[in-house]
Amino acid sequence: MKDNAYKFIAVVSLVYTVWAGFMSDVPHLPVLNETIRNLYFHVPMWFGMIILLFVSMWHSIKYLATSNTYHDIRAEMFARTGIVYGILGLLTGMVWAKFTWGEWWSNDPKQNASAIGLLLYFAYLILRNSFNEFSQKARISSVYNILAFMALIPLLFILPRLVDSLHPGNGGNPGFGNYDLDGRMRVVFYPAILGWTLLGVWITSLKVKFKIVEENLAEKQMIG
Amino acid sequence: MWKEIWSFLKFEFKSELRGKNTLYGILLYLISSVYVSYLAFMKLENDTWAALFWIVLMFGATNAVSKSFIHNTSGKLLYTASLISPQALILAKIIYNSLLLSVLSIISVTFFGLLLGLPIQNIALFLIALILGCIGIAGSLTMTSAISFRATNQIALMAVLSFPLLLPILSMELKITKLCIDGIVGTLVTKNILTICSIDAIMMALAYLLFPYLWRE
Repeated sequence: MKDNAYKFIAVVSLVYTVWAGFMSDVPHLPVLNETIRNLYFHVPMWFGMIILLFVSMWHSIKYLATSNTYHDIRAEMFARTGIVYGILGLLTGMVWAKFTWGEWWSNDPKQNASAIGLLLYFAYLILRNSFNEFSQKARISSVYNILAFMALIPLLFILPRLVDSLHPGNGGNPGFGNYDLDGRMRVVFYPAILGWTLLGVWITSLKVKFKIVEENLAEKQMIG
Repeated sequence: MWKEIWSFLKFEFKSELRGKNTLYGILLYLISSVYVSYLAFMKLENDTWAALFWIVLMFGATNAVSKSFIHNTSGKLLYTASLISPQALILAKIIYNSLLLSVLSIISVTFFGLLLGLPIQNIALFLIALILGCIGIAGSLTMTSAISFRATNQIALMAVLSFPLLLPILSMELKITKLCIDGIVGTLVTKNILTICSIDAIMMALAYLLFPYLWRE
């Protein structure tokens, strides 16, 4: 029961996010208009992705320290869910960009950086498939996973700030937090981040369980 | 530690000069690609110059540095590496590759200047940024070479892994090159150069910390 508490929180906050996200009152701003509701779906994807990928890197560090297979499985599955969140973030962002900036792809530094960041993690999945021996695969892809997260942080948070971006909070644009993210939106935005992130954790925990069952079955077949 | 690095560096230079194949191969690649672009373009716009320069240099660097671990079929690397600690090995490899890339990049600047013209107004600043970029590129390529060393499809993996890791440095370098072409100095350039320095430092620290895990049998 106690272990499942986070699943209830995820369900409740997501139902609330979807309901309040479409039904609640939002500030009416020029250009943004009703698309501001995408804040509850686009931004939490990036929050979720960063958190999931951080947990993935954490498990990779733990794997290098302990050589426990369980950590390697978790690292892979958290990275996979993080990639799905990244793709969803890119897609929701492209829809938003079409209606506010006028183009699906506007050569915005953050758009480019997140596309490169996804390439980094696709390479991680390819790397995992190119080893014959299990312990070698786990060890070397753990090292790459740490490297990839360390490359992702400057890519997403430092480089886009050095140039003009169309995103809020960059290149002279006011950040969302300044005046347009008012109280009405905060009460939906924060539960949205919580809900989407917990959903990612839930999906990952199911995939980890599935993977462990699969490995055990394969082991039994080898013996039997 | 420093003594180990120094003796390994001397060994690397000796075997490079004795073998000659790598160095001449890369030089031939650089010169022929510059010459082909000269025949194809004749005259270059400034932006195209910057893009072409970094594309040629990036592929040359990938060819030169990927040899540091993969393609090493003889047991020479494994034997010498067993004599020194993995930390000394990776630092020596990165220092060696940085020097190699710096030399190659200065040679390619010369050839670009001879055949396609040198539109850069601020040469000194450009060269500083170039050398700093070479250190970062050498660091990340050496690490990717070490990562793909034990994999089954080494060469394909080297390309897949190195491309996204190199992109942050390359985009910064392209920006600095364009600023140097326009002759802009001041905080705009130093900010970018400092970012490259910090990327270099992160790369070195990660290589130092993580390489022992890669190398362990």
